[in-house]
Amino acid sequence: MYMFKYVLKRLGLMIMTFSIIMLICFVLIKLLPLSVPRALGEDPNLSYLRLEGRGYITNLVWKNGNVVGYDRVPILTQLWNYLVRIFTSGDFGVGITISEYKNAGVWDVFIEKLPPTILINIYSTLIGVPIGLGLGIFAALKKNKWQDQVINVIIILLVSVPSIVFALVIQYVFCFKLDWFPLLMESGTDYFSLAMFKSMFPAVFSLCLGSIAGYARFTRAELSEVLTNDYMLLARTKGLTRGQATLRHAMRNSMVVIFPSILSEFIAVLSGSLIIERMFSIPGVGGLYLDAINSKDYDFFMFLSGFYCLVGLLAGIIVDISYGFIDPRIRMGAK
Amino acid sequence: MEAFDINSIPQEKFEFVADRDIMHDKPLETKHVGYLRDAFRRFRRNKGSVVAAVIILLLVLFAIIVPFCTQYSVSYTDQMYYCAMPYNKAFENTSFWDGCKEVTQGKKTTRVFYAMGEESGHNAIKNQEYTVDDGNYTYRLNSIHKVGVIYKTLTPSEYEAIQEYQDKHDVQIIYPMVPTANRPTDATDKLDANYYFVTRSKGGKTEIVYGDDGWSITPAYGKYLVGETTNDGYTSKMRIEGDEGVTIDGEKYYYTYSRIAGAGYEVRVNYYEYYKYYHAEIARDGIKEPKFLLGCDSLGHDILTCLSSGARFSFIFAIVVAVVNMLVGAIYGSIEGYYGGKRDLIMERISDILSAIPMMIVITLLKYHMGGASHILVLFLSFFLTGWIGMASTTRMQFYRFKNQEYVLAARTLGAKDRRLMFKHIFPNAIGTLVTSCALVIPSMIYSEVSLTYLGIINLSTGNITSVGTLISSGQAVMSTFPHVALFPSLFLMLLMLSFNLFGNGLRDAFNPSLRGSEG
Repeated sequence: MYMFKYVLKRLGLMIMTFSIIMLICFVLIKLLPLSVPRALGEDPNLSYLRLEGRGYITNLVWKNGNVVGYDRVPILTQLWNYLVRIFTSGDFGVGITISEYKNAGVWDVFIEKLPPTILINIYSTLIGVPIGLGLGIFAALKKNKWQDQVINVIIILLVSVPSIVFALVIQYVFCFKLDWFPLLMESGTDYFSLAMFKSMFPAVFSLCLGSIAGYARFTRAELSEVLTNDYMLLARTKGLTRGQATLRHAMRNSMVVIFPSILSEFIAVLSGSLIIERMFSIPGVGGLYLDAINSKDYDFFMFLSGFYCLVGLLAGIIVDISYGFIDPRIRMGAK
Repeated sequence: MEAFDINSIPQEKFEFVADRDIMHDKPLETKHVGYLRDAFRRFRRNKGSVVAAVIILLLVLFAIIVPFCTQYSVSYTDQMYYCAMPYNKAFENTSFWDGCKEVTQGKKTTRVFYAMGEESGHNAIKNQEYTVDDGNYTYRLNSIHKVGVIYKTLTPSEYEAIQEYQDKHDVQIIYPMVPTANRPTDATDKLDANYYFVTRSKGGKTEIVYGDDGWSITPAYGKYLVGETTNDGYTSKMRIEGDEGVTIDGEKYYYTYSRIAGAGYEVRVNYYEYYKYYHAEIARDGIKEPKFLLGCDSLGHDILTCLSSGARFSFIFAIVVAVVNMLVGAIYGSIEGYYGGKRDLIMERISDILSAIPMMIVITLLKYHMGGASHILVLFLSFFLTGWIGMASTTRMQFYRFKNQEYVLAARTLGAKDRRLMFKHIFPNAIGTLVTSCALVIPSMIYSEVSLTYLGIINLSTGNITSVGTLISSGQAVMSTFPHVALFPSLFLMLLMLSFNLFGNGLRDAFNPSLRGSEG
């Protein structure tokens, strides 16, 4: 019951923060001049009509078959229209300026772009977490021996060297020099084929290096602290072998800290990495976000910003709450 | 017992404490070690961090000094030297860092490159050495001299100026002209001034007409009999055929050196020599020779100049932002932490919300709203808006730790005002942590800046400023053929992040007195 109240409180606070951020974002976007495409072969009138249909502008002034003037709807009314549409029909707007997705529903495009992003991140988590944990456990058991030192150097390298550089090196070595993997991701929607996995691999590999290093460092620090505890000595005197003691007693206790971050990683798979997606030309949400930013498509920008913001907030909350569930000693938010 | 008047004790009744036999307080015999000195001593013991500090220092020196030393500027660009290879005079005789790239080509391409060296003495093929294997020629191609000669149309005054320059400096810029009739017929090869020899067209492709030995070529220059006058207006004494002219079938000929095209002269100039002439006489920008220590990028920018300027910008920018963040964060955090209560609650909510806004949203909205303004300002504001919060919460934590301690109470009893208590008595405790977090924040700021410019959201490349991210992005585009363009900026970024991380960790340990004695 106590936990339930705490979770509710945290969720309430999160929703409040989220609403305030989105409100600020919405108002700031609506204060901007309208962004209507004027490229060759495009009819701005259509865009104006579309914007009028969405309740963003009104009182169009026509002259010689062209829109020459309009009035902006008050921002709060626009916000009301926007919210009503979201909650009654799940309609987050349409693309106005983004070149590929003119007049396409924001939600539909988003759903179409989601699978590559999620898949790449899930693969990277599935590869990165076990390797990271394994390295960390190994290093903690061999603490201050040469194996530990080697792993430490690797960890420092992986943590410090930015992913931009790693991705470049991986792309150059594996895609150009050795020619093991294709340069671009396989097109089509057959996401679970072998060719698709192979084409995703360079991106997955560059992504998981970071999480390998993170988990290895984390696990090593936690586990080596737990291993020095007195109850470990008791477990050994009780007659457990070193492996048994480590597995049954030390691992469980160090997991209290490690597990929440694994959980939050599974939330964060939704957001992915803009840099990796750009570098390996992954047709994912990140690329869509960059396109929306560069072509000033406000509906797309608004929705995707909300999405990234929500993912970030949720990941934070999951970590906090899961502490309370995993370790009964921790009473979150207790006075 | 004699009673004293407490207000007037006679002097002889007093005696010095030090004259008694037991002395409780002795002066310290060891040397006093201050906080900073102690931190420095512990920092010095961490070898990795010291090495990292030295590397950082070198990188900073690189960023400060190199932009003044190179002959190029950031805005300099020359498409002819697209992706030129790195060249260092000291390595000229090795096959590494010699401004050449190993290539394998067919006979025709090879022959054209070989002919460049024959004509001008500027060897496109390094030392004119090549190996043949199964009809494929392998050699090291010089990225400067492979441009060879180009057709250029000059005004009469330019034409004369170049001839004067030729006579004065004893160099050959203008090479004999190939009449339009002798040029290849293929549309693209027709514009290539390097076909100065006899060719024929076969199946729409240009073919070289070889001599009997299968390798020699015949020049196809325009010529006229010695003694005749031509209208090419060439008076320079620089002639590749010599003063005597060239003897063909017993007749002596001179080559023509230009072709009248409209109001000007079309000439074949050796681009390397023309480049030197252009920068010395016309542009007068101090560029002596096309030499690129780290090569050129895909737009013909000098990588060394761009990289060092980008690095300088990154450093200055990161330090300025970090200092501003630290100042604002320290003041905000002090007020939060010192006063506590409702004020703390409200301020904490505000910074909570600010810190939950993803950086990308802040940057994009600022960019949209500040349309015309410089992207540097956008970047600065967005880093500032999200960056000071960390500093504020660090300061706030320190204030909570120290504000209820006895010494603060003592100072308050002595009448110290709030401001004095905050900044004289409590704040110095937070300096160590703040400096450390500053050192840890600088590399992450540089990295954010690099990734934002890489993604193209922020474009800093205006005038004399560029960013490492822009360099990486342009290098990635040509990575399959010219890896060096992406290599140098990535190497710089890698070294910087690595050493800053090690340095920051060392600093954190050094400024944490609770670790004293725990390390071996």
